[in-house]
Amino acid sequence: MIRLLDQDRGGKWLIGSLLLAIVLVPILNSLPESSSLHIPTYSISLLGKYLTLALLAVAVDLVWGYLGILTLGHAAFFALGGYAMGMYLMRQIGDRGVYGNPDLPDFMVFLNWQELPWFWQGFDQFWLAAIMVMLVPGILAFVFGFLAFRSRVSGVYLSIITQAMTFALMLAFYRNEMGFGGNNGLTDFKDILGFSLQSDQTKIGLFIASAIALIIGYLLCRAITTSRAGRAVVAVRDGESRARFMGYRVENIKLWVFTFSAVLAGVAGALYVPQVGIINPNEFSPINSIEVVVWVAVGGRATLYGAVLGGIVINYAKSYFTVELPDVWLFALGGLFVLVTLLLPRGVTGLLKRKEVE
Amino acid sequence: MLYLRLKKGLYWGMGCLLMLLATLTQAGEAEFIAHEQALIKAKFEQKEQIMAAWYAADTQQAVELMEMMLASQLYYHKKEKRLYKVIDASKGAVADRLSDGESVTITKKRDFKRVSINNYLRTLFRQYIAKAGLTAAEPEQRIAAAEAMVGNTDPDLMATVAGLRAQETNADVQSAFDLVLAVANLQSADASQQQAAIETLGDSLQPAALNALKQFLASNPESDLAPIASKAVDSINGKIDFYNGVETLYFGLSLGSVLVLAGIGLAITFGVMGVINMAHGELIMIGAYTTYVIQLLMPNHIGWSLLVAVPAAFVVSGLVGILLERGVIRFLYGRPLETLLATFGISLILQQAVRSIFSPLNRSVETPSWMSGLIEINPLLSLTQSRMYIIAFCLLIFFLLLAIMKRTRLGLQVRAVSQNRNMARAMGVRSEWVDALTFGLGSGVAGIAGVALSQLTNVGPNMGQAYIIDSFMVVVFGGVGNLWGTLVAGLSLGVANKLLEPWAGAVLAKILVLIFIILFIQKRPRGLFPQRGRAAED
Repeated sequence: MIRLLDQDRGGKWLIGSLLLAIVLVPILNSLPESSSLHIPTYSISLLGKYLTLALLAVAVDLVWGYLGILTLGHAAFFALGGYAMGMYLMRQIGDRGVYGNPDLPDFMVFLNWQELPWFWQGFDQFWLAAIMVMLVPGILAFVFGFLAFRSRVSGVYLSIITQAMTFALMLAFYRNEMGFGGNNGLTDFKDILGFSLQSDQTKIGLFIASAIALIIGYLLCRAITTSRAGRAVVAVRDGESRARFMGYRVENIKLWVFTFSAVLAGVAGALYVPQVGIINPNEFSPINSIEVVVWVAVGGRATLYGAVLGGIVINYAKSYFTVELPDVWLFALGGLFVLVTLLLPRGVTGLLKRKEVE
Repeated sequence: MLYLRLKKGLYWGMGCLLMLLATLTQAGEAEFIAHEQALIKAKFEQKEQIMAAWYAADTQQAVELMEMMLASQLYYHKKEKRLYKVIDASKGAVADRLSDGESVTITKKRDFKRVSINNYLRTLFRQYIAKAGLTAAEPEQRIAAAEAMVGNTDPDLMATVAGLRAQETNADVQSAFDLVLAVANLQSADASQQQAAIETLGDSLQPAALNALKQFLASNPESDLAPIASKAVDSINGKIDFYNGVETLYFGLSLGSVLVLAGIGLAITFGVMGVINMAHGELIMIGAYTTYVIQLLMPNHIGWSLLVAVPAAFVVSGLVGILLERGVIRFLYGRPLETLLATFGISLILQQAVRSIFSPLNRSVETPSWMSGLIEINPLLSLTQSRMYIIAFCLLIFFLLLAIMKRTRLGLQVRAVSQNRNMARAMGVRSEWVDALTFGLGSGVAGIAGVALSQLTNVGPNMGQAYIIDSFMVVVFGGVGNLWGTLVAGLSLGVANKLLEPWAGAVLAKILVLIFIILFIQKRPRGLFPQRGRAAED
C-alpha cells in the first residue's frame, strides 16, 4: 500500500484524512451536544453520502481521466447498485410495511400482485444482494462495452449512447410493470443486517463502511493506473491507433477498465441508498451522470484524489446552496461548468500542482 | 329541423314559433285554423288522417306540430279551442298560442289540455318526420335524416326512400340512402335482394353497415348467404385495418416532424460544425417562451401571433446562439468533450434564468383557431389539422435550410470551413464570422422548432431537456453532417415509435427505439448516411 502511494502526495493526504475521520468521527459524535466539537448524527450521514458520491467520482475519473471515455451514463451503474441494495432493504421490512404482507413489498400489494417476481427471489439474503450490487452493473457495462468498443464507437458518439442508455433505463424504471416501485422507487427501509437504520450506531457504521470502501476503491484504481496495464490504459487514451498498432488489444483494455469502473459505481450506489433512505428512477436521469463528470473536471482529471475532492466539495456546496439559496445553485453549477472548462482545464488540483512546480 | 329537437327551453320554442309564423303567412291563417280545429276535436283514429292531410298541405308546419306532440308539448285551451305550445304546464308558466304567436301566462292549469297521442301515432309521426328530413333542402340534413333511419325496415318508408334515391343527385346522399335500403333489404325474404344488400354493405365504410352484417351473420349462420356476408365483413375489417394503418402512419409522420424540427438545428451546429451543443434544448425552450411572450403582447390577435413568433423566435434564439459561440464555444474548437461540458453548464444557466424570470410553472400557449379542426376523409379516417400544419411546417423549414446550405454564399462558406478550415481561410473566407453565423443559424432554427413545440406541449423550463436526447439520437442516427439523413431518421423514428405504441405502450416504445439506436450505432457508427471523403476521417 505504501508503494502504491509512493509518488502520490494527494493520495497520501486523502487516505490519511479518511483514516483520521474513521477514528475521529465516532469520538466527536459521542461528545455531549453542548460541546463545540460535537458532530450530529445527521451530518455523519451526510458525510457518508458525500463519500459514496466521491467513490462514484473516482470510478468516473478512472474511465474519463485515464481511459479518455467521457461517460455520460455512470449514474446508471450507481443507481443499479442502489436498486440491488434497495431490494434487499425492502425485503428486510418484512411484515412491518403498511399492508403487513410478509412476502410482498408494499408497492406490489398496492399493484395487486400475487407473488414475488422471479428477479426479487433471494434478495432477502444479504450475500446475494451484495453480489448483485456488483454483478448487475458489471454485466451491463460488460455487454454495453463489448458491443460499443468492438465496433469502435468512440468520442462523442460513445458519450451520447451512454447517455441514451441511462435515459432508457430511467424510462424503464419509471414503469410500474418493471417491478421496481415505479415513480416512487424503493423507500421506507427499516433495517440492514438486523441493525435499525434509524440508530446512531448504524449510521456511524455506514459512514465508516463508506470511508473504507472509498479507501479500497481508491487504492484499487491507483493500483490499476500505476501498473503496466495502467500505462497501456493511458496509451489508449492518448493514441488509440498507435496503441493498437503496437499490438495492444485496445478493445479488451477499454472493456475491463469500463466494467471495473461500473462495479465500483455500483458499490457506491449500494452504500448511498441506506444512508439517504430512498432510491428512485430519478437517479438514472442524464443530468446526474453529467454532474459527476463536472465533479471530476473541477477536481482535476486523471488524479483520482482530485475526483474525491471535487465530489465532496461540490456536493457540500450543493447541499448548502439548495437549502440557503435555491435559485442560485443552478447558476453556480452552470457557471462552474463553463469556467472550469474554459479556465481550469486541469481542475483545482492542477492549479496546486502548477504552484508546486514553480 | 331535426336539430331543433335537440335544443330545449325557451330558445327552442321561440325558434319554432318564428318558423311557424313564417309558414302561417304562406299557408294562410284560415287553413291553419281549420286543421287546428279538426285536430282538437279528433279521436286517435282521426288524428292520423288529419295529420296526413296537414303533412300534404304544409310539410314543415305538420312536422313541427308532430315534434311537439312527440315531446308532449302541444296543448289546447279548453274554452278558446286554440293550440298552444306549453313546455311547462303549471300555474304561472308561459304558453305560446300557435296561430298568432302570442304568449299567455297560464292562470289555471285546468284550462289547458294536452293533445294526446298513442304509440301507433308516435311511430307514424316519427316516420313522417324522417321522411320530411329526407326531402330537406340541405344535403347534410338529408344525410343526417338517412343516418337516423338506418335499421328501419318499414316497407312504406323504404319505398319512399327508394323513390327519393332514384331522384337524388348528390353522391354522398345517394350512398347514405343506399345504406338505409341495404340494411332494410338484408331482412327481406328475397335472396337476390339480400345478396345485393350484402354487396352494397361490403363497400360501405359506415360502422352501421358492419353492425348490420354482423347481426345478419349472428341470426342466420346457416343461410346460403352467410359466406358472402362473412366475406363482406372481412373486407370491411380489412379496410378498417388499412385506415387505422394510415392513421398510425400519419401520427408517426407528425411525431417524426417534431423530431426533425427539434433535431435539424442540431444537424447544423453538431453535424456541420462538430459542436456538441447540450444547450440546444434550451434554445428550443427560448423559442417557445418567445411565442408565449408574443402572445402576451398581442392578446387580441392570437391567430397572427404565431406568424409573428416564427421570425421573432429565430432572431432571439439565433442571437443567444451567436453570443454563446462568441463567448464560450470558440475557445473550445477541437475539444468536443469540453464543449459538451461547457454547453451543458450554459443549459443549466438558461434553465434557471427562465425559471427566475417566468416562474418554474409551465406556461400554456394558446392554439390559434385556424390550427385546430379535423379533416374528415371518410367515416373511418379523419386527420387533425394541427398535425398537418406541423408536417408541412417541418418540410418547409427543412427545404429552406437545404436551400441555404446548398444554394447561398453562406452555405458554401459554411461547407468550406467545415471541410478544411485552413484552406478556406487561405481562400479569403472569414472563418470566425462564418462560425458565428452558422451557429446562429442552427440556434435560430432551434428557436423556430420551439414555436412549433409550444403548440404541442407545455412550455416550461424543463422542456428543452425532454428534446435534447431525442435530437441527438435523430442527428446521430441520420448520419452527422447530412441534412437529408436527419429528415429520414426523424421521420422513420417517429413512425417506428407510433407503430410500436399500440403493441408496447408509449414508454416501452420509446425505450425500444432508444435501444435500437444504441445497437444501430454499434453496427454503423456513422449513421444511416455517413459522410464520405477525407473530411470525414478526422
